[in-house]
Amino acid sequence: MSPVYIARSTAIAARVLDGEMMIMSAKDSTLFTLNPVGTIIWQSADGQTPLAAIVEHKICPEFEVEPSEALKDAESFVNDLASHGILLVSEQPISPPPSAPGRAQ
Amino acid sequence: MGELATAAGQEIVIEIGGMPVLVRTESRDFLRMLEDRYAGFVNPAANPACEFDVEIVPPGKITDEDEVAVRFNSGRWLIERGDLRAKWDPASGRGWIRQSANPYSIDTALRIVHSLILAREGGLLVHAASAVRDGKAFLFAGVSGAGKTTISRLAPADVTLLTDEISYLRRNGPGYVAHGTPFAGELAKVGENVQAPLAALYLLQQGTENAIEPVSAGDAARSVLENVLFFTHDPELVSMVFDSACDLVRCVPVYRLTFVPDARVWELIA
Repeated sequence: MSPVYIARSTAIAARVLDGEMMIMSAKDSTLFTLNPVGTIIWQSADGQTPLAAIVEHKICPEFEVEPSEALKDAESFVNDLASHGILLVSEQPISPPPSAPGRAQ
Repeated sequence: MGELATAAGQEIVIEIGGMPVLVRTESRDFLRMLEDRYAGFVNPAANPACEFDVEIVPPGKITDEDEVAVRFNSGRWLIERGDLRAKWDPASGRGWIRQSANPYSIDTALRIVHSLILAREGGLLVHAASAVRDGKAFLFAGVSGAGKTTISRLAPADVTLLTDEISYLRRNGPGYVAHGTPFAGELAKVGENVQAPLAALYLLQQGTENAIEPVSAGDAARSVLENVLFFTHDPELVSMVFDSACDLVRCVPVYRLTFVPDARVWELIA
């Protein structure tokens, strides 16, 4: 099975408020509040670390969960965020996008 | 009356939230309608931040968009709904609106243009009533039916109503200032053209007794974002609006206000 790589989209806005990670999709303005597991996945989505490695090294030790069950939940979570354009998902490592030029107004 | 005759038509400067917008039209009837609708917000001495030529066409469908659509393309904002089409170049500040001679289309165009300008300034248009008491502004946010019009109608004599429908917030140093708007809701009463520092934001819900409880920053931000008027999916502006909503709830105390619909609720607002 191919590894899955995830990266944070640039078409989002994110902020931690009182310990809650809040993310808004610029694609459809959907607002997400992540739980602690989701926050770790989000913060680890560097495009270079496979999802399975994130789950194995950062989720399982922290939350004492079964790796296969945790990976299944993580994949579901990732697919949900990806459907709103919040995470990018690929079977290859994802390079960071070039910084976009600003727009005057 | 704020009307300036020019070779191209007549002009009126409508200043909402300290943001003057010049509207130019060749239709005298339309101009009179604007003067009536925006009375109290007309300021012929103001230096316009942007200006629009309004082309009045016969009533009928202008675009195929059922819902309002706002897009940025080739340096211009394009605003479309079935009853209007508008273009606005934010760099030059100049724009153009095609609509029939009705107040609702221009009202929509103005709200959208103000929301786009405010987004870059850290300000917000919020679906909320607002009022001034003792030099302090209070915001009452909620979806339709939450009680915005009710609490506005119950306001005692020492309260100045800024709006019962669309509140206008601008950043001012470490805080926010609430401005009156002519954007009226069910009360059908234009707000007063005054401003005051924002002291508190109340999330409205009607209940069986009056009660105020603090709201966490996360819940407050979610509620504010649910009530922000914003019309585009432009990633840069969406991000700015999100940040503004988060900043607002960190600067201003937010409470959930449960109230019985009678005048006693105002004893809690100070």
